[in-house]
Amino acid sequence: MAPAPPSERPVVRTGRVPGRLGNRVFSGISTGAGILILVILAAVAAFLLIRAIPAFQASREDFADIDFMLGRDLWGFVGPLVFGTVISSTIALLVAVPLSIGIALFISHYAPRKLAQGLGYLIDLLAAIPSVIFGLWGIQWLQPLVSPLFSWLSENLGFIPLFTDYQAPARNIMTAGLVLAIMILPIITATIREVFLQTPRLHEEASLALGATRWEMIRQAVLPFGRSGIISASMLGMGRALGETMAVLMVLSPGYLINFFLLQPGQHQSIAANIASHFPEASGLGVDVLIASGFILFLLTFGVNLVARWIINRRAEFSGAN
Amino acid sequence: MGMNVKLAPSRRLAGISAIGALALTLAACGGSTPEGDATTSGAEGTELSGSIAGSGASSQENAVNGWLAGFTEANPGVDASYDPTGSGTGREQFLNGTVLFAGSDAAMDSEELAAGVERCFGGEVIELPLYISPIAVIYNLPGVDAEHVNMTQQTIAGIFAGEITNWNDAAIAESNPDVELPDMPIIPVNRSDDSGTTENFTEYLSAVAPDVWTYEAAGTWPIEGTQSGAQTSGVLEVINGAEGTIGYADASRAGELGTVAVGVGEEFVPFSPEAAAQIIDVSPAAADATDLRLTIDLARDTTESGTYPIVLVSYSIACSVYETEEDAANVAAYLSYVASPEAQDRAAQPDVAGSAPISDDLRTRVQAALDQITVAG
Repeated sequence: MAPAPPSERPVVRTGRVPGRLGNRVFSGISTGAGILILVILAAVAAFLLIRAIPAFQASREDFADIDFMLGRDLWGFVGPLVFGTVISSTIALLVAVPLSIGIALFISHYAPRKLAQGLGYLIDLLAAIPSVIFGLWGIQWLQPLVSPLFSWLSENLGFIPLFTDYQAPARNIMTAGLVLAIMILPIITATIREVFLQTPRLHEEASLALGATRWEMIRQAVLPFGRSGIISASMLGMGRALGETMAVLMVLSPGYLINFFLLQPGQHQSIAANIASHFPEASGLGVDVLIASGFILFLLTFGVNLVARWIINRRAEFSGAN
Repeated sequence: MGMNVKLAPSRRLAGISAIGALALTLAACGGSTPEGDATTSGAEGTELSGSIAGSGASSQENAVNGWLAGFTEANPGVDASYDPTGSGTGREQFLNGTVLFAGSDAAMDSEELAAGVERCFGGEVIELPLYISPIAVIYNLPGVDAEHVNMTQQTIAGIFAGEITNWNDAAIAESNPDVELPDMPIIPVNRSDDSGTTENFTEYLSAVAPDVWTYEAAGTWPIEGTQSGAQTSGVLEVINGAEGTIGYADASRAGELGTVAVGVGEEFVPFSPEAAAQIIDVSPAAADATDLRLTIDLARDTTESGTYPIVLVSYSIACSVYETEEDAANVAAYLSYVASPEAQDRAAQPDVAGSAPISDDLRTRVQAALDQITVAG
């Protein structure tokens, strides 16, 4: 507030106090927005649960009429989907997280400032590409590219179950995981980069002063400080990978099995892609089953985020951020 | 087309020049465009007006788009649209009154027909097989020059059931004495989503080779561990993505890929609109068919010469009774147009839908059904 102009007697304002209405309106709007988020979340959960109940209550015979369930019961159908969702996201994380840490380190500690900035924008730009474009890219560019690699893996390391019986074109869970990895790269990199940039200058300088090389400094100061950031970034990325629909739908030949044949077509499918694939022609109980699988995906993502929060909170005490 | 241009005063000048340019373009477009006051609708042609919305089978989409274009050319006052939401959604939206007509690859079941009575204001559901589309069995064998590879019914079933696994298998070679087939694994490709194409194809397989194809007909592919793609374009991507693949898709989308000549009786018939349309003439009516519901049981296992047995028949679904005069007139006029030779030929163009035009006999029965559309009350 600006100081009041000097005057002979104190000015006592008895009328409207400036800002009071504004404060009230603003606090009302923010509280409202906060509550609205909770209401929307609750409404989504309630909608999913209510629509899913018929599927949870139905018996195996009821499911016989639903073509896409191929004669399974609800858990026989949803179980492999959960597995497929988790495994594709896991592959994506295994590829994306080390890559992201590398990129983030390069941007925050190695690259010249100008290059770092440009690169940062570029990575953020990746996040703006719609998933259907990633799907097209996966089909048209990535699949032909990885096909020789996969077939080499299958021929030479085929004795490992992971790599047996590759069949072209490369429409398997591995390709889907790779596409997902590229899709979640931006969000993970951006988050990790921000965390790395916040490493206390003193820690870094202290490390360097003790004679550490740059890599040793990163190991001693940056990585321990950024650990919780890396975990939360990975979980954010996993959240996106779990729910990704279009790209998986386009690059994967789906199947409903639980196994680790990463290079075979028709073995796995993610929940979201499965809903997108069957919803247009589903009716009656079929819709309920799909919504039930959506409810489980909701719980899964919710669970992943909760675990992430828990890890971050637990780690926060040791991170050195304070 | 009716146009309604509203301009803010400050933009009027720019707008006028834009309209001038538009008018020139319209004039250049020639005869069928209504002239004069752009804001009045239905200046010439019929007095039909209002809107007619449909939704349903995506298999019909290309054909319906062609028909809607033709229909609105003749009836510029009607605002017609079709949303390719899928057969199930289309029937659902039709039954709950969201749309006036629906497209569906499957005929309605008895439960839906019962619900239809209420939706149709006490009338009945009309089902007309106005879209007949051949399904081609397509393969990616760049080394094979032959126009078609011949396959018997048993061979096709064996390949898709995973029993015949190499292109040089004796079963294929036997039917193709003049073609040199490569030593290459066969990769069968199917649709991963629920589709009328899959349903018709599996129905064909189970009808012609029940010992080899032991699965029931279904909209979802019954075998796991196969290469597959979502929608027709997805399947085509997979087939184009590797050599040795074989799959099935709308014949109009086969493009450069090789197509199989299908064994019928003693001969091999490649797909063509005429051969596909012929199967409708040799097939009996469905058990619950009436003069309003022209549903048929396709004779997939026909031995009739020159008949192509793998077709998708998609129904146009409407009501025999509508709430308003306008709806009744619009739906009747639209479906009459769809059944007309002009509209059927239009959809048969390879760049529209590549469908097979319906026969004159079917057209007469369709018109008889459409003549019964009335207004409630």
